[in-house]
Amino acid sequence: MIEFVRNVRLWFVPAEVRRDGETPDYRFSLANERTFLAWLRTALALIGGGFAVDQFLPDLRWGWRVGLALALLAAGVLCSLRAVNHWVRCERAMRRGEDLPVSRFPALLSLVVAVVAVAMVVVVLVGWEG
Amino acid sequence: MSAPAARRQDPDRDPGLQPERTRLAWRRTTLSGTVCAVLAVKTALHGGASTPGILACALVCALWLGFLGVAHRRIRTLAATAAPAAFAPRHAAAAALCTVAMAVCGAALVL
Repeated sequence: MIEFVRNVRLWFVPAEVRRDGETPDYRFSLANERTFLAWLRTALALIGGGFAVDQFLPDLRWGWRVGLALALLAAGVLCSLRAVNHWVRCERAMRRGEDLPVSRFPALLSLVVAVVAVAMVVVVLVGWEG
Repeated sequence: MSAPAARRQDPDRDPGLQPERTRLAWRRTTLSGTVCAVLAVKTALHGGASTPGILACALVCALWLGFLGVAHRRIRTLAATAAPAAFAPRHAAAAALCTVAMAVCGAALVL
Protein backbone atom coordinates (compact mmCIF):
# COMPACT_ATOMS: atom_id res chain seq x y z
CA MET A 1 0.00 0.00 0.00
CA ILE A 2 2.76 2.42 0.99
CA GLU A 3 4.63 1.46 -2.17
CA PHE A 4 1.54 2.28 -4.20
CA VAL A 5 1.11 5.63 -2.52
CA ARG A 6 4.76 6.38 -3.21
CA ASN A 7 4.31 5.51 -6.86
CA VAL A 8 1.22 7.68 -7.14
CA ARG A 9 3.16 10.52 -5.59
CA LEU A 10 5.91 10.02 -8.15
CA TRP A 11 3.45 10.62 -10.98
CA PHE A 12 2.99 14.15 -9.81
CA VAL A 13 6.68 14.95 -9.47
CA PRO A 14 8.03 16.98 -12.40
CA ALA A 15 11.00 15.48 -14.21
CA GLU A 16 13.34 18.28 -13.18
CA VAL A 17 13.41 17.41 -9.52
CA ARG A 18 13.82 13.71 -10.21
CA ARG A 19 17.49 14.09 -10.99
CA ASP A 20 18.83 12.09 -8.09
CA GLY A 21 17.85 10.43 -4.88
CA GLU A 22 14.25 9.68 -4.00
CA THR A 23 11.30 11.95 -3.36
CA PRO A 24 11.10 13.10 0.27
CA ASP A 25 7.83 13.38 2.15
CA TYR A 26 5.85 16.13 0.40
CA ARG A 27 5.52 17.99 3.69
CA PHE A 28 9.27 18.49 3.79
CA SER A 29 9.15 19.89 0.27
CA LEU A 30 6.32 22.22 1.26
CA ALA A 31 8.22 23.38 4.34
CA ASN A 32 11.20 24.05 2.10
CA GLU A 33 8.94 25.98 -0.26
CA ARG A 34 7.59 28.09 2.61
CA THR A 35 11.13 28.89 3.71
CA PHE A 36 11.87 29.94 0.15
CA LEU A 37 8.79 32.17 0.16
CA ALA A 38 9.77 33.69 3.50
CA TRP A 39 13.18 34.60 2.06
CA LEU A 40 11.46 36.01 -1.02
CA ARG A 41 9.29 38.16 1.24
CA THR A 42 12.40 39.37 3.01
CA ALA A 43 13.86 40.29 -0.37
CA LEU A 44 10.66 42.10 -1.36
CA ALA A 45 10.65 43.96 1.95
CA LEU A 46 14.25 45.08 1.38
CA ILE A 47 13.40 46.23 -2.15
CA GLY A 48 10.30 48.02 -0.87
CA GLY A 49 12.50 49.63 1.79
CA GLY A 50 14.81 50.85 -0.96
CA PHE A 51 11.87 52.47 -2.76
CA ALA A 52 10.60 53.93 0.51
CA VAL A 53 13.99 55.49 1.33
CA ASP A 54 14.04 57.07 -2.11
CA GLN A 55 10.45 58.31 -1.96
CA PHE A 56 9.76 59.25 1.63
CA LEU A 57 13.05 60.88 2.66
CA PRO A 58 13.23 63.71 0.13
CA ASP A 59 15.09 66.03 2.53
CA LEU A 60 18.13 63.78 2.65
CA ARG A 61 21.29 64.65 0.81
CA TRP A 62 21.36 63.00 -2.65
CA GLY A 63 24.35 60.80 -1.89
CA TRP A 64 22.92 59.42 1.32
CA ARG A 65 19.50 58.84 -0.18
CA VAL A 66 20.73 57.04 -3.30
CA GLY A 67 23.39 55.15 -1.36
CA LEU A 68 20.94 53.80 1.19
CA ALA A 69 18.34 52.98 -1.46
CA LEU A 70 20.88 51.14 -3.60
CA ALA A 71 22.23 49.25 -0.60
CA LEU A 72 18.72 48.05 0.25
CA LEU A 73 17.95 47.15 -3.37
CA ALA A 74 21.23 45.24 -3.71
CA ALA A 75 20.48 43.37 -0.48
CA GLY A 76 17.08 42.47 -1.93
CA VAL A 77 18.64 41.12 -5.13
CA LEU A 78 21.15 39.02 -3.20
CA CYS A 79 18.44 37.77 -0.89
CA SER A 80 16.15 36.58 -3.66
CA LEU A 81 18.94 34.90 -5.64
CA ARG A 82 20.12 33.19 -2.52
CA ALA A 83 16.54 32.11 -1.77
CA VAL A 84 16.36 30.07 -4.99
CA ASN A 85 19.85 28.71 -4.55
CA HIS A 86 19.22 27.59 -1.00
CA TRP A 87 15.85 26.10 -1.93
CA VAL A 88 17.42 23.97 -4.66
CA ARG A 89 20.26 22.88 -2.39
CA CYS A 90 17.84 21.88 0.37
CA GLU A 91 15.65 20.04 -2.12
CA ARG A 92 18.59 18.06 -3.47
CA ALA A 93 19.93 17.34 -0.01
CA MET A 94 16.53 16.00 1.03
CA ARG A 95 16.34 13.84 -2.09
CA ARG A 96 19.78 12.39 -1.40
CA GLY A 97 19.13 11.96 2.32
CA GLU A 98 22.06 14.21 3.23
CA ASP A 99 22.21 16.86 5.93
CA LEU A 100 20.65 20.17 5.01
CA PRO A 101 23.20 22.73 3.80
CA VAL A 102 24.43 25.27 6.30
CA SER A 103 24.74 28.90 5.34
CA ARG A 104 26.36 32.06 6.62
CA PHE A 105 23.96 34.21 4.61
CA PRO A 106 21.55 34.97 7.51
CA ALA A 107 24.46 36.32 9.57
CA LEU A 108 25.70 38.42 6.64
CA LEU A 109 22.22 39.77 5.95
CA SER A 110 21.65 40.73 9.58
CA LEU A 111 25.02 42.51 9.60
CA VAL A 112 24.04 44.44 6.47
CA VAL A 113 20.66 45.37 7.94
CA ALA A 114 22.37 46.47 11.17
CA VAL A 115 24.83 48.63 9.21
CA VAL A 116 22.00 50.21 7.21
CA ALA A 117 20.08 50.88 10.44
CA VAL A 118 23.14 52.53 12.04
CA ALA A 119 23.62 54.56 8.87
CA MET A 120 20.00 55.71 9.13
CA VAL A 121 20.55 56.78 12.74
CA VAL A 122 23.69 58.70 11.78
CA VAL A 123 21.87 60.32 8.86
CA VAL A 124 18.98 61.36 11.05
CA LEU A 125 21.33 62.79 13.68
CA VAL A 126 23.86 64.67 11.55
CA GLY A 127 23.12 64.58 7.86
CA TRP A 128 19.47 65.51 7.65
CA GLU A 129 19.79 69.01 6.24
CA GLY A 130 21.97 68.55 3.15
CA MET B 1 14.73 16.78 8.84
CA SER B 2 16.24 13.31 8.46
CA ALA B 3 14.00 10.40 7.49
CA PRO B 4 10.31 11.04 6.90
CA ALA B 5 8.45 10.79 10.18
CA ALA B 6 5.64 8.29 10.66
CA ARG B 7 3.92 8.07 7.31
CA ARG B 8 0.22 8.70 7.56
CA GLN B 9 -2.24 5.93 6.80
CA ASP B 10 -4.73 8.12 4.95
CA PRO B 11 -3.05 10.43 2.49
CA ASP B 12 -6.20 12.50 2.08
CA ARG B 13 -5.57 15.18 4.64
CA ASP B 14 -2.50 16.33 6.50
CA PRO B 15 -3.32 17.25 10.13
CA GLY B 16 -0.58 19.89 9.99
CA LEU B 17 -2.43 21.58 7.09
CA GLN B 18 0.85 21.99 5.23
CA PRO B 19 -0.71 22.65 1.79
CA GLU B 20 -2.96 25.33 3.28
CA ARG B 21 -0.05 26.96 5.09
CA THR B 22 1.97 26.94 1.90
CA ARG B 23 -0.95 28.49 0.03
CA LEU B 24 -1.21 31.25 2.61
CA ALA B 25 2.56 31.79 2.38
CA TRP B 26 2.08 32.34 -1.36
CA ARG B 27 -0.70 34.83 -0.61
CA ARG B 28 1.52 36.72 1.83
CA THR B 29 4.30 36.82 -0.70
CA THR B 30 1.94 38.09 -3.39
CA LEU B 31 0.84 40.85 -1.03
CA SER B 32 4.46 41.83 -0.36
CA GLY B 33 5.06 41.90 -4.09
CA THR B 34 2.02 44.12 -4.56
CA VAL B 35 3.25 46.61 -1.95
CA CYS B 36 6.64 46.61 -3.65
CA ALA B 37 5.08 47.18 -7.08
CA VAL B 38 2.93 50.05 -5.77
CA LEU B 39 6.02 51.72 -4.28
CA ALA B 40 7.86 51.19 -7.57
CA VAL B 41 5.01 52.77 -9.55
CA LYS B 42 4.99 55.70 -7.14
CA THR B 43 8.73 56.16 -7.70
CA ALA B 44 8.34 55.86 -11.47
CA LEU B 45 5.60 58.49 -11.67
CA HIS B 46 7.16 60.77 -9.07
CA GLY B 47 8.20 63.65 -11.30
CA GLY B 48 5.11 63.62 -13.54
CA ALA B 49 4.31 61.14 -16.30
CA SER B 50 7.38 61.09 -18.54
CA THR B 51 8.00 58.47 -21.24
CA PRO B 52 10.72 56.56 -19.29
CA GLY B 53 8.53 56.74 -16.21
CA ILE B 54 5.58 55.17 -18.01
CA LEU B 55 7.82 52.53 -19.56
CA ALA B 56 9.21 51.64 -16.13
CA CYS B 57 5.67 51.57 -14.82
CA ALA B 58 4.58 49.12 -17.53
CA LEU B 59 7.63 46.95 -16.87
CA VAL B 60 6.91 46.82 -13.14
CA CYS B 61 3.27 45.93 -13.84
CA ALA B 62 4.39 43.14 -16.20
CA LEU B 63 6.75 41.77 -13.54
CA TRP B 64 4.00 41.91 -10.98
CA LEU B 65 1.66 40.03 -13.31
CA GLY B 66 4.36 37.44 -13.96
CA PHE B 67 4.79 36.86 -10.24
CA LEU B 68 1.03 36.69 -9.81
CA GLY B 69 0.86 34.07 -12.57
CA VAL B 70 3.43 31.84 -10.89
CA ALA B 71 1.66 32.23 -7.54
CA HIS B 72 -1.75 31.50 -9.06
CA ARG B 73 -0.56 28.33 -10.76
CA ARG B 74 1.09 27.12 -7.58
CA ILE B 75 -1.95 27.90 -5.44
CA ARG B 76 -4.16 25.96 -7.83
CA THR B 77 -1.78 22.99 -7.69
CA LEU B 78 -1.74 23.14 -3.90
CA ALA B 79 -5.52 23.25 -3.72
CA ALA B 80 -6.05 20.46 -6.24
CA THR B 81 -4.30 17.50 -4.58
CA ALA B 82 -3.99 16.22 -1.04
CA ALA B 83 -0.25 15.59 -1.40
CA PRO B 84 0.91 18.25 -3.85
CA ALA B 85 3.94 17.78 -6.06
CA ALA B 86 7.16 19.55 -5.21
CA PHE B 87 7.61 23.09 -6.48
CA ALA B 88 9.26 23.15 -9.93
CA PRO B 89 12.71 24.75 -9.98
CA ARG B 90 11.92 26.82 -13.07
CA HIS B 91 8.94 28.38 -11.30
CA ALA B 92 11.08 29.19 -8.27
CA ALA B 93 13.61 30.77 -10.59
CA ALA B 94 10.85 32.73 -12.35
CA ALA B 95 9.51 34.10 -9.07
CA ALA B 96 12.97 35.12 -7.89
CA LEU B 97 13.86 36.65 -11.26
CA CYS B 98 10.72 38.81 -11.13
CA THR B 99 11.92 40.09 -7.75
CA VAL B 100 15.44 40.71 -9.05
CA ALA B 101 14.13 42.53 -12.12
CA MET B 102 11.98 44.73 -9.91
CA ALA B 103 15.05 45.65 -7.86
CA VAL B 104 17.02 46.42 -11.03
CA CYS B 105 14.12 48.59 -12.19
CA GLY B 106 14.25 50.33 -8.83
CA ALA B 107 17.98 50.95 -9.11
CA ALA B 108 17.45 52.49 -12.56
CA LEU B 109 14.66 54.69 -11.19
CA VAL B 110 16.59 55.80 -8.11
CA LEU B 111 19.69 56.82 -10.03
